[in-house]
Amino acid sequence: MNRLKINRLIDKAFQYVGIACMSIALLILAIFMINIFREGFTRIDWDFITSLPSRKAAKAGILTAWTGTLWILGLTAIIAIPTGIAAGVYLEEYGAKNRLASIIEVNIANLAGVPSIIYGLLGLEIFVRLMNMGSSLLAGAMTLSLLILPIIIVASREALKAVPKTLREASYGLGATKWQTIWYQILPAASGGILTGIILSLSRAVGETAPLIVIGALAYVPFVPKGPMDEFTVLPMQIFNWISRPQHDFQVNGAAAIIILLVITFVMNGVAVYFRNRWQSRINW
Amino acid sequence: MKIIETYKVNAFYGSNHVLKDITMEIKENSVTAFIGPSGCGKSTFLRMFNRMNDYIDGFRKEGDILINGKDIYKKSVKLEELRQEIGMVFQKPNPFPKSIFENAAYGLKIRGVKDKKEINERVEKSLKKAALWSEVKDQLNKSAFSLSGGQQQRLCIARALAVKPSIILMDEPASALDPISTSKIEELISELKQQYTIIIVTHNMQQAARISDKTAFFYLGDLVEFGKTSEIFTKPKNKQTENYVTGRFG
Repeated sequence: MNRLKINRLIDKAFQYVGIACMSIALLILAIFMINIFREGFTRIDWDFITSLPSRKAAKAGILTAWTGTLWILGLTAIIAIPTGIAAGVYLEEYGAKNRLASIIEVNIANLAGVPSIIYGLLGLEIFVRLMNMGSSLLAGAMTLSLLILPIIIVASREALKAVPKTLREASYGLGATKWQTIWYQILPAASGGILTGIILSLSRAVGETAPLIVIGALAYVPFVPKGPMDEFTVLPMQIFNWISRPQHDFQVNGAAAIIILLVITFVMNGVAVYFRNRWQSRINW
Repeated sequence: MKIIETYKVNAFYGSNHVLKDITMEIKENSVTAFIGPSGCGKSTFLRMFNRMNDYIDGFRKEGDILINGKDIYKKSVKLEELRQEIGMVFQKPNPFPKSIFENAAYGLKIRGVKDKKEINERVEKSLKKAALWSEVKDQLNKSAFSLSGGQQQRLCIARALAVKPSIILMDEPASALDPISTSKIEELISELKQQYTIIIVTHNMQQAARISDKTAFFYLGDLVEFGKTSEIFTKPKNKQTENYVTGRFG
């Protein structure tokens, strides 16, 4: 065989390997989804969504869990998004580019890989105990914010780095200040990449259980949280609680709750993708 | 009336000495062309007039640059005000990824002009001055990137004009454009000369000869010769200048 034929063969082989890998990933996801839906779909009705938890599987609902999840999601977003973007802007646009900066960069990337339970311990010590917040929504949201900040910072920096230098020059050349250049030109141009980071990080936050267990979120909360200082539970904890019980009826409840959690994640990502596309159509390269 | 004076200007990138003792005067409402082979320091010199080199790590200068009699490297000088006085057009058209209107209005927006009527008027006026109005007046809300390269460059000129500068710096403004767009930009420069002082860096010798009143030839960081364009191109005093403008090197 000559070189040309070998090259073509490698090309084809790589294509098929790629298809195979993707199929495995999709297949596993499909099996998981089918399983969950067969198990839990018929359990979902209005009562299930609007009922408080109960010792009886048939009467139990997820009202406190999904309201808790939305609270946590909202508070985490409010805390982590501005902080993360601001940190990214500082590191990329203002901070000096020296050895200290590269040490910080490596460490932020490392933080993104720290097991989430460690963040739980940190949150327990600082927010719950030291700052006296108790096992509140705010303490939970701040713990999850710590967890997802590195992801948002890294994504923001990458997005800012990708903005062409000519755009900065154009803005400076017209007499814009650094802040105006960042606010009017660079951040909008980088918004797509930043939003992708936000989507990824919030999706992660919504599914986290371990750090919330550590800070003392309860599996059984018989009331809907009314403010950020209330105690709470979230869907993943409710699911964990139900799945670990021996009775089959509770496992069905768990499967149904998983579907609701998936729906929340999909809706949230859908909204974010919608905004990203809308902003990017206005930023027309 | 002289509007720009430089006195023994030296520039360095780290330990690299890129401009050596440049002393020069530039008169109001004239076109001055900077020519010379790549790496001769002409772009660096141009970018010193609106202090765009400030953003480059390791850049350092010596000597003085006076614009309207004021030292622009003094601590008290505000860059925003300096760049209102001195507009810049870059080598590659670099419109903002926004609408045509927003591009032309950006300089006003960052200066806090809120009056809609005034903004509209000044956008229209600057687009007219840049000979672009008739082509874009019905599509002001379209993305600037829907325009051709030559139109984009004229939009960049309009954007600079909107803040009413008195000097316009052009860094090879036509080098990325086709011949027809280039000739439009050149016509525009001759037109703008009535009201603005223009300094243009160019690699195109014919372009320098066509549009400029005075020409400065730079070589390896030295200002080799500076004089009337007609003289530089017909009877240069320096042998190197003669070799360069006749195409024997560079």
